[in-house]
Amino acid sequence: MSGESERYDATDSVVGLARTLRAAGVDAGPERVHAMVQALDLLDPGQRDDVYWAGRLTLCSSLDDTERYDRVFAAYFGDRPRALIRQQAAPAAQLRLVHGADDETKPGTGDDDTDDTTPMAAAASRTEVLRHRDIASMAAADRLLMQQLLAAFRLRADMRRTRRTGPARTGRLDPHRTLRRLMQAGGEPARPAWRDRRQRPRRVVLLVDISGSMSSYADALLRFAHVASHRGRGPRTEVFTIGTRLTRVTRELAYRDPDRALKAIADAIPDWSGGTRLGDRLRQFLDEWGQRGLARGAVVVLLSDGWERGDVTVLGDQMTRLHRLAHRVVWANPRAGRPGYAPLAAGMAAALPSVDVFVSGHSVAALENLASIVAGAADRSREVAYA
Amino acid sequence: MRHAGGVSTERDLTAPAFASPDALAGALDDHGYLADEGLATAGYLAVAMRRPLFVEGDAGVGKTALAQALAAVLHAPLIRLQCYEGIDASQALYDWDFPRQLLHLRAAEAAGRGEDADSLEHEIYSRRFLIARPLLQAIETDPCVLLVDEVDRADDEFEAFLLEVLSDFTVSIPELGTIRAATPPVVVVTSNRTREVHDALKRRCFYHWVEHPSFDREVAIVRRRFPAATDRLAQEVATAVQGLRTVGLLKPPGVAETLDWTDALLALGATHLDEDLATRTLGAVLKYREDHERVAQSIVGGHASLLSGAAEAAGAG
Repeated sequence: MSGESERYDATDSVVGLARTLRAAGVDAGPERVHAMVQALDLLDPGQRDDVYWAGRLTLCSSLDDTERYDRVFAAYFGDRPRALIRQQAAPAAQLRLVHGADDETKPGTGDDDTDDTTPMAAAASRTEVLRHRDIASMAAADRLLMQQLLAAFRLRADMRRTRRTGPARTGRLDPHRTLRRLMQAGGEPARPAWRDRRQRPRRVVLLVDISGSMSSYADALLRFAHVASHRGRGPRTEVFTIGTRLTRVTRELAYRDPDRALKAIADAIPDWSGGTRLGDRLRQFLDEWGQRGLARGAVVVLLSDGWERGDVTVLGDQMTRLHRLAHRVVWANPRAGRPGYAPLAAGMAAALPSVDVFVSGHSVAALENLASIVAGAADRSREVAYA
Repeated sequence: MRHAGGVSTERDLTAPAFASPDALAGALDDHGYLADEGLATAGYLAVAMRRPLFVEGDAGVGKTALAQALAAVLHAPLIRLQCYEGIDASQALYDWDFPRQLLHLRAAEAAGRGEDADSLEHEIYSRRFLIARPLLQAIETDPCVLLVDEVDRADDEFEAFLLEVLSDFTVSIPELGTIRAATPPVVVVTSNRTREVHDALKRRCFYHWVEHPSFDREVAIVRRRFPAATDRLAQEVATAVQGLRTVGLLKPPGVAETLDWTDALLALGATHLDEDLATRTLGAVLKYREDHERVAQSIVGGHASLLSGAAEAAGAG
């Protein structure tokens, strides 16, 4: 408790701290600020530790938040007061499509791979960029893509039986409704009512590769993720981006307006077009999210070209692990749509044995197909043929 | 700095029962729970402000034990609501005792009171036919500690419902009216983060992420829980566990595993940890075949790096 002499109004500092936190991406709203001021009332605002814990307990709501909080707090109350440590967000332009000229240099980022895929990939992505630029610049075409994808997602989803029950024609006796029927009938025997376990769509988890070799597809794939996360029914679709680090962008995608959502993602992701260690990032996903429950019984979709800069055995091991947890593992490879494509990239070859459905993801039609597979329409015609 | 905090005998809830986080930490210590500064502050604020405490962390870091210790410290009963998928209001809040209601109906009928439907309905939906489930019990019991365990296992529908109860601690029963808590209970909500819990729920709580304990604290925890363990055994077990947490296992062991392991070693009459004992009791710490094989191999391989090599790392840290 603070002594009367040390008591001072900390509200200004608290509001300032919260504002800095909001700039760093922590959702420190007025309600939380109010809670912090209340908490400080019980603690000693003159003590650095007390202020630290009061803020951390009230302003944060996840492990990510606490990491950001630590940095902001150190900067705000540290040696250099008011020094914002927020790094400049990647300019939104990087989220936009790259030009063909840039693209020719991009596949070089994956040069650990076998060389024979490179020229084909480069040539193919030039045509890809053109098509994507059309999608991005023409709002009408954009809307069309969205509509097509939405329609595909409206298909009957992959269902699972839940433990929650609802009224049904058969099943267990429903005492609530039965008793009400009895009361309505004035105590006379009435038809018993029943309840049974309900069906629910399975959770969908999207892992979008945004590394250098995928930069020309990132925009379209994130739009795809946006539509997928607004599919309406069932549990929320979880979306992660895989670059030099793993970022959860489910929250950013909650904006209804796709452009605003993509802008929010651009602000949230610090690592556009970096190199990827796919296996390590997948391990991180499984350690922090997947094994705890996010991937359990879910449909997990990887949108990646399988260019692995690290050790491919790590990727293979982690894919096996993912396969054991998930209900279905779908891998969409934008490069798989090329005629004569074979999964020669070492990473892709290591991952394939643990993949249930392998599809291409290079065009609107391919994404539509992917959407229908994710939604549960069992188009198994293109199941793994290379394994 | 730490001094044992006493609980005030009269329950004056306008003033917190403990003067400071240190006092609470001292009291928790007396009940065998060693809280670090963050956890003590979180617990202190939760008790003083009667705002729910949302605790997240890896399995086995002592989230549930915190609620049990808080209940012991406050001399209040612990009411536990274990969440699972499909849990609903009739299992968490209240339910009507249907068999007895039916029996009452039949009895009334037999007594020839079938005509008086209004008063009959009133009788049937009265307090004596209501079964209080954990949330209603917590609202009606004063004081108490309510533990909502593993809230991430429940589904979204339940979360929305929990939000309603936790925000104003009232329960509206259509047939009976509103039941209000005289003083809000101390609430601890735990989550293993198998999924992200909705922001609206978290916003009403203090948030605390429980880390694995430091080496010294872990030794102290082992010593506290198992006075029979030798100093050497406690140190060696803590060293090994701290080392195992750094090597990237599928499931790094928590404090619960440390205690299980110590218990197993004590059952074998161990006074220190050697390779043979470690290999034989590894099942108490590691729960995945891959982890087990990996560590067993490194022990049998002669270098025993995961047991002793990690000691230096942990000792330095």
